[in-house]
Amino acid sequence: MESFDRRAGELLTDDDRVGLLRQMLLMRTVEERGLALYKQGKVPGSFYDGRGQEAVSVGATWALSGADPVCSPLIRDLGAHLVKGTDLTQVFQHYMGRDNALSRGREGNVHFGDKGVGVVGMVSMLPDMMVVATGLAMAYRMRGERRCALTFFGDGATSRGDWHEAMNWAGLDQLPVIFLMEANQLAYSTPSARQFARNPIERAAAYGVHAVTVDGNDVEAVFVATHDARERALAGDGPTLIEAQTFRMHGHGAHDDARYVDPSLIAEWSERDPIERYTARLAERGLDVAGLAEDVAAEVAEAVAVALTAPMPDPASATEGVFCEVAPEGSQLGAGAERWSGFAASAGERLPSAAAA
Amino acid sequence: MAVRTYLQAISDGLREEMRDDERVFVMGEDVGAFGGAFKVTDGLLDEFGAERVRDTPIAEAGIVGTAVGAALAGLRPVCEMQFGDFVACGFDQLVNVAGKMHYRLGLAVPLTVRLPVGGGFSGGPFHSQNPEAWFMHAPGLKVVAPSTPADAKGLLTAAIRDPNPVVFLEHKHLYRRVKGEVPDAALPTPMTARIAREGEDLSIFAYGAMMHTALEAAEALDASVEVVDLRSLVPLDEAAILASVRKTSKALVLDEANATCAAGAQVAALIADQAFEDLDGPVRRLATPDVPIPFSPPLEQAVLPGAERVKEAARDLLDY
Repeated sequence: MESFDRRAGELLTDDDRVGLLRQMLLMRTVEERGLALYKQGKVPGSFYDGRGQEAVSVGATWALSGADPVCSPLIRDLGAHLVKGTDLTQVFQHYMGRDNALSRGREGNVHFGDKGVGVVGMVSMLPDMMVVATGLAMAYRMRGERRCALTFFGDGATSRGDWHEAMNWAGLDQLPVIFLMEANQLAYSTPSARQFARNPIERAAAYGVHAVTVDGNDVEAVFVATHDARERALAGDGPTLIEAQTFRMHGHGAHDDARYVDPSLIAEWSERDPIERYTARLAERGLDVAGLAEDVAAEVAEAVAVALTAPMPDPASATEGVFCEVAPEGSQLGAGAERWSGFAASAGERLPSAAAA
Repeated sequence: MAVRTYLQAISDGLREEMRDDERVFVMGEDVGAFGGAFKVTDGLLDEFGAERVRDTPIAEAGIVGTAVGAALAGLRPVCEMQFGDFVACGFDQLVNVAGKMHYRLGLAVPLTVRLPVGGGFSGGPFHSQNPEAWFMHAPGLKVVAPSTPADAKGLLTAAIRDPNPVVFLEHKHLYRRVKGEVPDAALPTPMTARIAREGEDLSIFAYGAMMHTALEAAEALDASVEVVDLRSLVPLDEAAILASVRKTSKALVLDEANATCAAGAQVAALIADQAFEDLDGPVRRLATPDVPIPFSPPLEQAVLPGAERVKEAARDLLDY
């Protein structure tokens, strides 16, 4: 863990640090507000959040260039959408099943993706999208593009065959893809001890995949691990499996009281809350982060206010859009926000492919 | 125009799209140096190289899933399942990932999955199936099934150019058995039905290998029998089906697939729903009973619909 701190010191500026904290606060605030809207009956279905896991998606996505896609953030990874720059108002409209640019009401909860910012939405069959991310990486390799794909999955998803197919495929061709395993120790109610005999990180070497374990509640450590995985990927040194150790602090969804979780675990992990820890750390560094929470709350309140005025989708549109009518020319994934200060610092060295079509 | 086998026509279609569009590439098990289990991709490796003619691990979910990713990135993957039956291993990626992608997220998945399907040569339960109904029932997938060399090339061209995932059913029993004139140019065949034989007294609806069985039966019958080659199952050319029934007033629907919920069941339901008043008899269906395709020739011949059974069913209906 010491080496992550040293690397973080080399790679991150104070602006990065404030930005990382801001994005984690934004994720938590959006989800707290979403949960409240669910309880008010304004969000249909259920509501899923990533409380306590904010450092994983925020830290990892911070390390991506604008042209590197996320395929796909899961229900604990709202931060990936936010770091990439997805519009907050659209997110709330989507949560509430209102007409919106992300899913047109065809999807709910964190099942969305903004192709314009390079995010492909998740599917519920985990880890299907790990294979799709491997295909994106395969395409980048075929075209000689200097990009890599990031994909998320939980520790429970490592039990499925698609995990093996993606690991084997990416290892075989040494593809530029980052596999980020959120080891939150629970797959719905099933603890990881009932999921596998040995930690999946131990399997990586057998696939020819580099492996690294980080404290998933340390946003800088997650950033460093992802940054280094990206460097390896772009250098042609193949895929990396990152294990981000964390814990799911809420139920699987709002309908789940998680009574099957030992309360002492919740208490233990509360002490390691990624936002509280990071806020204290930045304050110790002398950074002024006192006003951040208020700024973020105002931004979220404004988005919600607008979203609440959006109409529901037209029922007559329910059968539209099953098929695509006009073939897209090139990549359908646009460039997202590029957050890490290191990109601006080395802008001259990068290839034009970073400005994805 | 040149005379080509059904198999050569598929190869030609693939090669020409790869020449015309550098985004097009093929991937599958043993498609490279070996040229594919049926030699459809024979010679492509030499012409296009290993980047565009990709031998993959034995991983059908991997093949379909990585192709989805490549399609999102702007390429035009053409996947080969070594046998159509094996697509069951990639089913989830096709049905849940590819098929629902555009509706859910507005992302197009221009992807072609070639399935060598069908029985008639002792392939047994794992190398003979006709799985088209699985995909007809999954929103967002197109399903095409050519019966002639010209349509095999034309529908493959259309599938590759289509911005949606297309399941392309190529019947193994037609590969070398059927020859025909094929246009030299790459002309996409519309995903519509085709009147294969004009008639007045009875319409037989079929696709793939059953289209030839239907023609054989029609030639032998002492009646004016129309044969409609469906060619595309999704989209299904409802107007052509109804127009034929309205002309002949009698409908016999063939499937080589297992009977329950087969493509022909959809055709029969359409006719019952939309053309009831035009009928002069019940809509009759002939299909393979709901059994895995058996290996031993007499058992296999007992379950696959053949020309004799088609003639018998047609006569019954003509006499009705």
